[in-house]
Amino acid sequence: MARLNPTNIERAREVIARYPQPRSAMIPLLHLAQEQDGHITDDAKAHIAELVGVMPAEVHGVSTFYEMFKHEDVGRYLVGVCTNLSCMLLGADELLAHAEDKLGVKVGGTTPDGSFTLEQMQCLAACGGAPCIQVNYRYFENVTPERFDGVIAALSAGTDPEGQAVPPHGTLSRVSLPHPSTDADRERPQEIHS
Amino acid sequence: MTDTSAEQKTTVSMTVDGRAVEAVPGEMIIAAAERAGTYIPRFCYHPRMRSVGMCRMCLVEVVGPRGPQLQPACYVPVAEGQEVITDSPAVKKAQDGVLELLLINHPLDCPVCDRGGECPLQDQTLTFGPGETRFVEEKRHWEKPIPLSSLVLLDRERCIQCDRCTRFADEIAGDPLIDFVGRGDHTEINTFPDQPFASYFSGNVVQLCPVGALTAEPYRFKARPWDLEQVESTCTSCSVGCRVAVQSSGNRITRRLGIDADPVNQGWLCDKGRFDYEAVNGDDRLRAPLSRSGDTLGETTWGEALGKAADALAGARDRHGPASIAVLGGARLTNEDAYAWSKLARVVLGTDNVDCQLADGLPAEVVLGLPHATIDEACEADTVVLLTADVKEELPVLYLRLRGAAVAGATNLVELSATTTGLTRYATTSVRYRPGEAAEAARQLVAGGAVTGDKVVCVLGRPSLAEQPDSVIEAAGVLLDAVPGIRFLSGLRRANVHGALDMGLAPGLLPGRVAAADDGGWFAGAWGTLPETEGLGAAGILEAAAAGRIQALVLLGADPLADVPDRDLAQRALAGAGFVLALDGHLTASSRQADVVLPVVLHHEKPGTATNLEGRVTRLGQKITPPGSSRPDWMVAVELASRLGGDLGLETLDQITDEIATLAPAYEGITRAALAAAHDGLLAGRDDASAHEAPPTMSSAEHPEVHAAAALGETDIVASEPIAVRETPEPAAAKPPTLRHRPAGRTATPPATDSYSLRLVSSRALYDEGTLVQHSPSLAHLGRGAAVRVNPAELERLGVTDGAQVRVSSSRASLTLLVAVDEGVPRGVAALDYNQAGPGAADLIDIATAVTDVRVETV
Amino acid sequence: MTATARTSVVFARMGDPEAHQLDRYVATDGYEALRRALAMTPEQVHETVTTAQLTGRGGAGFGTGQKWSLLANTYPRYVVINGDESEPGTFKDRQIMERDPHQVIEGALITAYAVRATRVFLYVRGEMALAQERVGQALADAYAKGYAGDNILGSGWSMDVVLHWGAGAYVVGEETALLESLEGKRAFPRIKPPYFPAAKGLYQQPTVVNNVETVATIPWIIRNSGETYAALGAGRAPGTRIMCLSGHVNRPGNYEVEAANITFRDLLFDPSLGGGIRNGNQLKAFIPGGGSAPWFFEDQLDLPLDPGPVGAEGSMLGSGAVVVMDDTTCAVRAAWNLVRFYAHESCGQCTPCREGGSWLEKIMFRIEAGEGRLEDLDLLLDVGDTIAPGPFPHASWPEKGLAASPFPYKMTTICFVGPSAVVPMHSALTRFREEFVEHINHRGCPKGSAHR
Repeated sequence: MARLNPTNIERAREVIARYPQPRSAMIPLLHLAQEQDGHITDDAKAHIAELVGVMPAEVHGVSTFYEMFKHEDVGRYLVGVCTNLSCMLLGADELLAHAEDKLGVKVGGTTPDGSFTLEQMQCLAACGGAPCIQVNYRYFENVTPERFDGVIAALSAGTDPEGQAVPPHGTLSRVSLPHPSTDADRERPQEIHS
Repeated sequence: MTDTSAEQKTTVSMTVDGRAVEAVPGEMIIAAAERAGTYIPRFCYHPRMRSVGMCRMCLVEVVGPRGPQLQPACYVPVAEGQEVITDSPAVKKAQDGVLELLLINHPLDCPVCDRGGECPLQDQTLTFGPGETRFVEEKRHWEKPIPLSSLVLLDRERCIQCDRCTRFADEIAGDPLIDFVGRGDHTEINTFPDQPFASYFSGNVVQLCPVGALTAEPYRFKARPWDLEQVESTCTSCSVGCRVAVQSSGNRITRRLGIDADPVNQGWLCDKGRFDYEAVNGDDRLRAPLSRSGDTLGETTWGEALGKAADALAGARDRHGPASIAVLGGARLTNEDAYAWSKLARVVLGTDNVDCQLADGLPAEVVLGLPHATIDEACEADTVVLLTADVKEELPVLYLRLRGAAVAGATNLVELSATTTGLTRYATTSVRYRPGEAAEAARQLVAGGAVTGDKVVCVLGRPSLAEQPDSVIEAAGVLLDAVPGIRFLSGLRRANVHGALDMGLAPGLLPGRVAAADDGGWFAGAWGTLPETEGLGAAGILEAAAAGRIQALVLLGADPLADVPDRDLAQRALAGAGFVLALDGHLTASSRQADVVLPVVLHHEKPGTATNLEGRVTRLGQKITPPGSSRPDWMVAVELASRLGGDLGLETLDQITDEIATLAPAYEGITRAALAAAHDGLLAGRDDASAHEAPPTMSSAEHPEVHAAAALGETDIVASEPIAVRETPEPAAAKPPTLRHRPAGRTATPPATDSYSLRLVSSRALYDEGTLVQHSPSLAHLGRGAAVRVNPAELERLGVTDGAQVRVSSSRASLTLLVAVDEGVPRGVAALDYNQAGPGAADLIDIATAVTDVRVETV
Repeated sequence: MTATARTSVVFARMGDPEAHQLDRYVATDGYEALRRALAMTPEQVHETVTTAQLTGRGGAGFGTGQKWSLLANTYPRYVVINGDESEPGTFKDRQIMERDPHQVIEGALITAYAVRATRVFLYVRGEMALAQERVGQALADAYAKGYAGDNILGSGWSMDVVLHWGAGAYVVGEETALLESLEGKRAFPRIKPPYFPAAKGLYQQPTVVNNVETVATIPWIIRNSGETYAALGAGRAPGTRIMCLSGHVNRPGNYEVEAANITFRDLLFDPSLGGGIRNGNQLKAFIPGGGSAPWFFEDQLDLPLDPGPVGAEGSMLGSGAVVVMDDTTCAVRAAWNLVRFYAHESCGQCTPCREGGSWLEKIMFRIEAGEGRLEDLDLLLDVGDTIAPGPFPHASWPEKGLAASPFPYKMTTICFVGPSAVVPMHSALTRFREEFVEHINHRGCPKGSAHR
């Protein structure tokens, strides 16, 4: 239930500085809040509203439009099973049913130990590797029930499933991005051939 | 609409269903078609808001290179040669289909829906829709209804996601406190959790909602639309003069709706204006005259009460002279009421001690004597100088207009104020001045080049009740001198104060903006007599009463204990007055101390006219009959005159309206016929012939008197029914000139504050302890309370936390108040809303001093 | 036609697992095109791309050079790269961004130079964590080595590239919705007019929105000339394009082909491409261009992968996603799956899509779940007709006749998402009506129940 912490306020200001208009930073900042708390708290939304200069209702409206933003706590691992056409054709519905059995929760549910939340995902652009799943938005393709069990077992054991590191829910890119120039001349066309 | 000059064609020729239509360039098909008589159904389209093309109800076929294409008529602008088809099978199919889709998840709870019977969804289904639904699935369910605020409730099941309420909140009100939440077919409207839609304009969304999704708490389940009767009127909750439709059922006002008067409110209302009719309905209305016997007021008959009042007035006049009588108030009155009282005072009582303001405004000559501006002129000005209290709090719909103009880039707002206001964020320049130093700030502003352009309007009001207005008046003089052609829009807030001033309810003033000194025998002749000496204004009346020199004090809807910014003086005045007669709709703190209280009718219970802050005269509508034996104020004046042996020569309301038009110079031409024909009212006493066609200039400001008919160019009706413009003034002996005023001179520099004191600023918030708000249950609790607001640095200096109790002391009183941190209050200043619950600014202020310095200390 | 003779344009580095590293990229002609472009005038670069006849690979297939030429002559102006790939069946942009991110950055920079943009935004889909990291790292490295940022390659030309990521909404793929999203708003597609972001785009400024594959193609064009690119392929489809093949084929995957030189039969059955239907099953239907494209069948297998003939037959190549369904597939379930997707992804802005899409989904689910009524079949078509008014030319409905092209759809909606829900319903119902009837008569799906 938190506003952004001092480190993240600093990161937020860097993000805002990348855009000609502060409001453009809204989605990245919501990701930042989700990385901080695992989901997006009302306090964080109000804080983001202050940072980008809008009303909290507008942040709320934006944050509820996009499915990655969770407004209540989810498990450490968000396990998403794609069930769109290509995956469905190759057994995704059955895989999802298996996942429900394996985790003991229905779609949308979180395991009692808070480890896993099961989601049904929309097309993840991995149709050539159908059926596919994501754990905290890291891909696993050509997933059979056996491989699914292996991924869950590895995560439960605290090891990287199939050698792929899976940071906690909310963490997306860990890369530090360049800072764009704030030079006002960049708003005008440049001519290098006269 | 046809333009005959081929070279300068200013219209666009198109066809709608094969009929030739001349459209205005840039307008949308839906508007052009409607004007040409083809109504295209719609839900999301609203002419006062950005088109969003969301509901798709207005799909029509527009013929393009690939044949007819379905296009939203609300979003596609007209074009030369455009062919629009609104009645083809494709259009019919689209409209049928969209309506069916809107209805599939819409609950059919119309019998218990407030909108039932006046619902665009119902109506359009009847006209355009399919007969039955084919939807057999489960409808969407939401918890219903949820409060968006204490005034507005939302039933999300009924919502059709038209974006009208959210667009209004964002675009028009500037309060984006509601937004779409969720996505797809689970999209809902909602607030941020725990942050209600506490906009001063929230009620507009109820009126805008094309279904029954948004309902108003005060109206819910109160009536069925087909039982409602309606009359057009003007809102008199403040001086903006919004046009309203007043609706009633069973002799109770049930609803007030905004009417789209283009030059004024453009359809919008503030929540106070929309909902304070509750006070008119209230069970606590006075129903019979009251007469004092010892310590108690008891009901009596009109005959006895009028007799007692007349005796007291006659006694004062005859034994102590006319100057021992004073009349305070009148801003609640209609123009006709005010005229009758103005005449009664001067002709029968013989006193010029009359003042419709309560030492809380500006001198009459300043309000009436400067070149006038309209709201439209302000919104089209290059620069608008704000030299008044917070417009958002005091004149909310003027705030909407100015905000809208600023956001659209149509004008630059330049603010001169002691603290931030609702308009600060829209101002291009904001200058803070310490109370008492407005004139110096104005000089710097002018010197700094912030006031630019040929068209400049100053909104001039009373920025703070904790300082005398002299410095603000001087600042107006500075602007008048420095800015050629500048015009002034009054920022005085009180209901019909401009009408009361126009009717002469101020010392030395006669109806129609005539200075008594300039009368030249006009009124003296017509009325028979006039007081010989100029009377006292409110402050003088109160001082005289406190000193025992007023034998009879009449309160025309005035509540000095609440409204005079010096409660100590008001109390002494009421105690010192020999006899107090109050005319009111409700008992107030002041009328409880009166000797006789006469119940009078309030707005919506009487016809008449009112004048807004522009000088725009409009007709008031009577919708219900008043409670008990209440009478109109003018009738009381007539009867008192008769009992005092005089005769006002006024027997009917129409007769008063006619006499005003005949005698009051600024109201010449504002006849009943002209008023009936003018949808948006008539401007009184405009001093230039073509307010709209040409920008006001120095020379036009000096034009000889040209009267209201000049303003008729603003109304649609006038073109066909012109009223003759008086081109040459009648001989001076016949009709006096209207007031001109040029503030001049330097006022004394206010004393420096010692380093321990803060200079007090006090003005009103929209919701206060005023009679109408407090007698409207839906609004009464909305006041934000009396907290003294200071800069964070002052709070730090004091060593107390936000929300703590502090002692606030002036030369008059020492109060314990909550303190609130406010970065909008500069250092050295303390801000305190006027007339909130409990002790407050009125206890601290001494109106005899130029400014009010207070010490804020820890308890 | 020889399916195996293929030129790699975009996918040249796909075999190299280290191609996302800057040094490997530079070692394989990387940023050479940027260097050459900066030696040209922006007009010359623009002309080269126009000569190449490159078309947009996002789905609409608009000419890239032509799109650039529509820019209003005001500044600032922006280049926005649409990496919000999420059309069912499409998975090429993700692969390009993950495996060859510098190619995207280089193409975006050249685009920015050609159109005199003042800033570039790369909008990467939120769920693609790896793509974000790879593009982000590539960007950081490119800045560090002078390929982006100030004074690029010593040319005196500077350009900032901002990586932005989404948060899960298919509709963001619609270019005006993407701009709204990039402005920090709900991704409501903008209503037209204005018809093109080139006039009023990001922050109401002139904006070019190009797809990832589209800009990834540009470095090759600059290095090899527009004429060379245009000479690839034939007919209306110059150059190569990446076909995303998925579903019931033996070898699903992305294949870069000179599209117009091969047929759908080649793509599905050639041993070096799809390798035939799995388990030796028969083809039932295939989607030629992403989930919103009308379905094709056996009869269309010999059509070339060329927008012209494909359009004439009533569908589109769209995003290049081919989804293959064999004869074990339940047509109702497959169509419902797609309708469910588009209904789920409706932004909720306009009535026909918001209400109609979910109504279609509910009816189809009811039929699949065994609670359908015969009158539902006409109801489906009629509700579809409200969203995308017919006649709806269609390969599955030959007796109704075909128009030259179904695009753009006639639609009552603001964008194509609503009509996209109609398409699979229409394809399945018109071609496989008897399966729908069977579901209704037998109170359920003969091939098993659907997961909701």
